[in-house]
Amino acid sequence: MVSGRGRFASALSGFRFAAISVRQWRMTITADAVQNSSFAAFDPRRSFQGLILALQRFWAEAGCVILQPYDMEVGAATFHPATILRALGPKPWRAAYVQPSRRPKDGRYGENPNRLQHYYQFQVVLKPSPENLQDLYLGSLAAIGVDTHLHDIRFVEDDWESPTLGAWGLGWECWCDGMEVSQFTYFQQVAGIECAPVAGELTYGLERLAMYVQGVENVYDLNFNGREGAEKISYGDVFKQAEQEYSRHNFEAANVETLFQHFKDAELECKALLGLGAGGERHRMVLPAYDQCIKASHIFNLLDARGVISVTERQSYILRVRELAKSCGKAWLKTEAGGAG
Amino acid sequence: MSDFLLELFSEEIPARMQTQAADDLKRLVTGALTEQGLSFEGAVSFATPRRLALHIAGLPERQQDRREVKKGPRVGAPEAAVQGFLKSAGLASLSEARIEVEPKKGEFYVAVIEKPGRGTAELLAEILPGLLKSFPWPKSMRWGAASAASEALRWVRPLHSIVATFGPETEETEIVGFSLDGIAAGNRTYGHRFMAPGEFSVRRFDDYVSALEKAKVVLDPARRRDIILFDAQSLAYAQGLELVVDMALLEEVAGLVEWPVVLMGEFDAAFLAIPPEVIRATIRANQKCFVLRDPETGGLANKFILTANIVASDGGQAIAAGNGRVVRARLSDAKFFYDTDLQVKLEDRLAKLDDIIFHEKLGSQGERVKRLVLLAGKIAPLIGADVAAAERAAKLAKADLTSEMVGEFPELQGLMGKYYALAQGEPEVIAQAIEDHYKPQGPNDRIPTDPVAIAVALADKFDTLTGFFAIDEKPTGSKDPFALRRAALGIIRLILENELRLHIPQVSAEAFAGYARMSETIPARRLKAMLDDEDSDEEDLDRLIAGGPWAWEFTREPEVTALAAARRYLAVRFSGEGEPSEADLPAFDDLFAILTPYQELRDLQLVYDGERSDDVANVSGEALDLACERFAAARTDLLSQIMGFFADRLKVHLRDQGSRHDLIDAVFSLDGQDDLFLIVRRVEALGRFLDMDDGRNLLAGYRRAANILRAEEKKAGAEEAKSYLDAFEPAYFVAEEERDLAAALLAAATAAIHAVAEEDFEAAMQALSHLRAPVDAFFEKVTVNSEDKALRLNRLRLLSGLRAAVHKVADFSKIAG
Repeated sequence: MVSGRGRFASALSGFRFAAISVRQWRMTITADAVQNSSFAAFDPRRSFQGLILALQRFWAEAGCVILQPYDMEVGAATFHPATILRALGPKPWRAAYVQPSRRPKDGRYGENPNRLQHYYQFQVVLKPSPENLQDLYLGSLAAIGVDTHLHDIRFVEDDWESPTLGAWGLGWECWCDGMEVSQFTYFQQVAGIECAPVAGELTYGLERLAMYVQGVENVYDLNFNGREGAEKISYGDVFKQAEQEYSRHNFEAANVETLFQHFKDAELECKALLGLGAGGERHRMVLPAYDQCIKASHIFNLLDARGVISVTERQSYILRVRELAKSCGKAWLKTEAGGAG
Repeated sequence: MSDFLLELFSEEIPARMQTQAADDLKRLVTGALTEQGLSFEGAVSFATPRRLALHIAGLPERQQDRREVKKGPRVGAPEAAVQGFLKSAGLASLSEARIEVEPKKGEFYVAVIEKPGRGTAELLAEILPGLLKSFPWPKSMRWGAASAASEALRWVRPLHSIVATFGPETEETEIVGFSLDGIAAGNRTYGHRFMAPGEFSVRRFDDYVSALEKAKVVLDPARRRDIILFDAQSLAYAQGLELVVDMALLEEVAGLVEWPVVLMGEFDAAFLAIPPEVIRATIRANQKCFVLRDPETGGLANKFILTANIVASDGGQAIAAGNGRVVRARLSDAKFFYDTDLQVKLEDRLAKLDDIIFHEKLGSQGERVKRLVLLAGKIAPLIGADVAAAERAAKLAKADLTSEMVGEFPELQGLMGKYYALAQGEPEVIAQAIEDHYKPQGPNDRIPTDPVAIAVALADKFDTLTGFFAIDEKPTGSKDPFALRRAALGIIRLILENELRLHIPQVSAEAFAGYARMSETIPARRLKAMLDDEDSDEEDLDRLIAGGPWAWEFTREPEVTALAAARRYLAVRFSGEGEPSEADLPAFDDLFAILTPYQELRDLQLVYDGERSDDVANVSGEALDLACERFAAARTDLLSQIMGFFADRLKVHLRDQGSRHDLIDAVFSLDGQDDLFLIVRRVEALGRFLDMDDGRNLLAGYRRAANILRAEEKKAGAEEAKSYLDAFEPAYFVAEEERDLAAALLAAATAAIHAVAEEDFEAAMQALSHLRAPVDAFFEKVTVNSEDKALRLNRLRLLSGLRAAVHKVADFSKIAG
């Protein structure tokens, strides 16, 4: 038998992990138990980044393109065009990526152990949804060190709906020992358009999952880099100040007048770009238009956090964003990636 | 005899849908078999999170052969008739038909069609695909590559395999050969997702169940429930605790596992400072776990019961610990909410209610609270409640809607209000009224008995009912989105069980007056705001016009034209495509002119009475008069609609309680029946009366009189029929029996009217029962249809008097049987 350690070491030097089986690699780590070895940086049970890397490696093996986060503020990984737009149209698609997600209203000035206004989602989207999607998902849990003979994994009904995206799907929240660690959805409709074929979407709440595998009760105590002692960098080291500053911004400082204006601007710009790109057989400017839709959605979330949107207005703002998303979805179907002939 | 086994193996089926799905599967398949003439001995169906299974025992192997005799046309009938017959009977020529002779009718062609019975398995294979494709899931989905096509199979979650076997009880079975969107039925299935994921084959139900059991799947949900309940109680007992049994939760939990393993978890005892309902709601809603009671303290214990789906390699320690961590996190959230909530006094929360919409057309929760205070204050003296206490309770009743806890667990509304009220030192009676004002929520819910709680509970429900009726959101058919039927039934039960004396229209009118006083209903001011606000569009205008008693004004010219111009103006301005026409602006002046009187009315709170007052000096008299008149008419119409709704709900309620429908009608047909408690007492008295001989005989006599009257009224013209209603004239009496009846009638009617006024319905009916003998004697000796017209008219008037006297108590014409 090839020594796991040796293979791992060589893989490290070449950054080629795919060949090594997860099981072998895990055994290796436990056997070594060298606290500040470089392996700890990659152990999904000892570092936040290790968790991300393990998931990326697993889904890369499953044939996904491993994308990087979308470079705009979004409320959830679903907003990434790699999910929302690629879920539309007939073309097969497999992607996985980490997406920083912003929920301005969830800010707690860094004082709540579970709630953040900025957190990470790991997103997997597979179109059409493969026959063995549940098994793949369970495989990914094994890859991050969740033993399904020790832990109680459950698929509990949770239908997903995004009013702002005009999207819905059926699926579950996935429980590990009673804790929700992922969302599992079969998209049925996106941007008001029936999905044909249907895409499967998996969303892992990374902080929560990491807290579980690391056995930590406060998100800020998460080990980020897997080192101990002086070399250890925690989640709090990286993000606590940001949580405090952004909470101030979201709840107290963001300029409401400007935001209202930005919302109108983004809405107008989105419509304008959709208009300019239309005209022929194909649509030629969907992605830039969709960026404006994302922008409008985030501005709305900020306004909501500032508490300046009444209940009735709320509904109308959501509808306005949905209209943008719908128009973008419709235009997407007229592009090459959207499957236009 | 043969058995049929069907299993549909899928990804996790939502727990709440499993029972219904198993029932539907059995109903649909057995129904289709029966339709094919196939009988069977028994059928059972089961559901687990991953499978639906159906077992039908004692099916014949084939349908019976059928022989159908089809009668055709007469011999020698036209060619077209013959051809039609051949076609419908499936014959090639007449030589295949027989000729039969019928006496007197002649010779006919007759076709004998032999239909050999088909194999049951073959029929099943034919029936099942269509049946499964249209399976009535509450929500279904498409998945995988097949979902590119719009006609793809829909199932609750992706369907993976199908077992379908058919065969004799003891021998090998055959596979029922069909396939569903590429999934071929077979005889192979899978065990528990984690403990026995392997594939195995099955023959029939018996070995299927035992093979599943070996593969760690308990097929029968009832058994899973029993296991969970038994193990949970044993675990609790071993710790000296009691399980708080929760059947709905048990059912749900049994639908989340194929192999139930009950474990106990723990949380910090410090959390027990949170109200027990909150702990229970937290643990139940988020974690689907049971809470435990400590018999020594009577309160909750700091332990909980969870149900896992696997026998874990460490005996469940990690699972219990993991669940414990989540429960802890949830409870610390709950504790945080609770502590945060306690920092804010209930009255300080009221301002926030202005931001919560009750209903778009009915304003905010803040306005609602103001109405509730008014209404509870009006109701309190009617039912003997302390007015100040009722108003205070009404004021605080909705405050907890803005609390963190109710935001998290809406089902705790009212209850949290009680806790917070007690914490800030409100009297017990007010705290209890805050909790109880939502009651009763359902047929089994407790009915408040304290007058203060009743006053607020009634105010809450009358406000809802009246408001939604006023904006024409009445329940229709099975649709009742605002639960108005429940509100009405709640009022009915509050009244009947507490023996309250209320006039429904009077309370409804008070509720309506509350709405009219709310600033948001000021029509002219809203119209002005609309003109000023660039974000208003024509739909806002439509809502304003349709939302008040002034709507009728806009159904005719010239208002129709003015309205159209104003709509046009707002629409163009809102769209931003072009400038609105200045020429349309004067239309707003016209609209103002119409709405202003309503505004004045409202300001002076005259809307309530719908009457002109001398205080209104500066408004055009004629317009105001008209508005008053219309407003009053609209209000009367609304109140009678509400009363009609109550009448219907009361009938349903009384029928459910076993009262006779016709007796309810007999009481409701009387004028002015708006006191529910009295109505019910009268119905009860009537029922008892009709059970006695006197009652039955009086009914017979009444019917005889009423029948004669009805027949004569029908024959006579309307004018003449009306004359029957006049008083009879003693001078025209001839027979002794006439005089006796007249005398008895006067005595009985007087006594009955008096007794009804005293609300003594027994006595009223007793008085009427004295009419029995004279009525009988009258019909025996006297001919109503006398040759002498004057005598005849007088006798009809006498009968009419009898009918009127009986109707003082109930409309006997509605009584059946």
